[in-house]
Amino acid sequence: MQDALFYTFAFLTLMFGFLVIANPFSRNPVTSAMFLVLTIISLAGLFVLLHAFFLAAVQVLVYAGAVMVLFLFVIMLLDLKAEERRKIKTLGVVGGLISTGAILAIFLSSLLKAPLGATQSPVVEGGTVALAKLLFTQYLLPFEIVSLLLLVAIVGVVLLSKKDLK
Amino acid sequence: MFQSLNHLISAWWPEPLRLILFLVGIMSFVGLNAAYLVWVERKGAARFQRRPGPTEVGWAGLLQPIADAAKLMSKQLILPAGVDATLFRVAPLLMMSPVLMSLAVIPWGRNLAACNLNVGLLMIFAFGSINVMAIMLGGWSSRNKYAIISAARVVSQNVAYEIPMLLVVITMIMVTGTMNLSEIVIQQSGAFWHWNIFRVWINPLMPVTFLIFFTCMLAETNRAPFDMAEAESELVAGAYTEYSGMGFGVFFMAEYANILLGCALATVLFLGGWQSPIGNLLGDSQSIVGVLFGVFWFFVKMYFLVFSVVWIRWTFPRTQFYRLLNLSWKILIPISLVTLILSSAMIKLFHQ
Repeated sequence: MQDALFYTFAFLTLMFGFLVIANPFSRNPVTSAMFLVLTIISLAGLFVLLHAFFLAAVQVLVYAGAVMVLFLFVIMLLDLKAEERRKIKTLGVVGGLISTGAILAIFLSSLLKAPLGATQSPVVEGGTVALAKLLFTQYLLPFEIVSLLLLVAIVGVVLLSKKDLK
Repeated sequence: MFQSLNHLISAWWPEPLRLILFLVGIMSFVGLNAAYLVWVERKGAARFQRRPGPTEVGWAGLLQPIADAAKLMSKQLILPAGVDATLFRVAPLLMMSPVLMSLAVIPWGRNLAACNLNVGLLMIFAFGSINVMAIMLGGWSSRNKYAIISAARVVSQNVAYEIPMLLVVITMIMVTGTMNLSEIVIQQSGAFWHWNIFRVWINPLMPVTFLIFFTCMLAETNRAPFDMAEAESELVAGAYTEYSGMGFGVFFMAEYANILLGCALATVLFLGGWQSPIGNLLGDSQSIVGVLFGVFWFFVKMYFLVFSVVWIRWTFPRTQFYRLLNLSWKILIPISLVTLILSSAMIKLFHQ
């Protein structure tokens, strides 16, 4: 049952993820955004299978709820038409390949380091206390760096939305 | 092979069956409530305006909701030209289904929740955030100016009010130390001064916290005086303008289901859920009578809050949009931040 559910959710995640970037039926950005919501919800399903209920709920709350609503809001306000096929730029391809390669390298290195095989599945449901302790002791630096990233994003938005720069 | 199949069925059958039974129960409960809350709303409105309200169909108009439902269901579902057909059809369902799922974690009585999750509170907010998307998609896919204005309003309003609401909820999580709704209620056992709203020794601003929660709940469910999303005098019917028949009906039902969910959540978080206000009279709260007594008190509190929602709608005029946003960003968010910091300091200093 667990395995069947895992494969179902994994398949759904990959399928919806594919439909986000390459939907053969429509090139409407709103459709893509909706498929991204479905991808996020399937990912939340995978988290539930790992007994990480807290992560699953936060995933839906933050990404499917807050972030995607703002995505959709911006798409609707800008009123993007169905995207036409554009000429592919060399710089974009190179940048994309480099970043994809980097992500792949990180993914592979962590995958090779992880002990494969039967590990004991955690019994605790949610485990907010354990999560918070790890976040504020062992992973404090990455946590703070992420918050710095958000600060940079806020400054960037203020800069971009200011009309007359001097 | 057969043995493993048998094992699978015996391991999985009772839980899904129980869940299905609960979901069917919740769905019929929501349907009945949505229909009869409309009746309460119309009767209430009439009484506040010194007129009788619906009287024709059935005694005191009690059959009016059924007549309305029959009318809505027999109407044609019109798909206006130029709408985004899929999203237009999906939006009402997207509005309704999160509420039904959220109601599954509400503990109606002791041990009477469809799904007693440890992160129940978080799950309600996770699903609640999908509602915004439903109204926005409904408004946007209609390809109608008023509907799109309404969609834009809904997003800015809900984003603004989600912040103080979540701050208040974080305060409550800190005070109770759990996100399990049943445990939150169990902590409030005893007479009414044990309820979270009156626990001023943990946080002297607790009644204010409740008021903020209730205000945000009104804004999140798009109820008057914050119903900017469907302000009839400006936007026809807002995001629902192009919907006909049951498409509109589902949106309408979901609005009342959302009110019900918000009031149930306020009851659980602040008003002691199924605990009776005069202490445990029956002694054994685990027996069937005790549980039913609890359910009775839960409903009394919840329906009082629902009635207050109707009461507020017909007492206060609709606000203006910039005032609505000012209220959230300039008043509610600072106050809820103060309550958050105050209660964390109080817990750290006196209650550890």
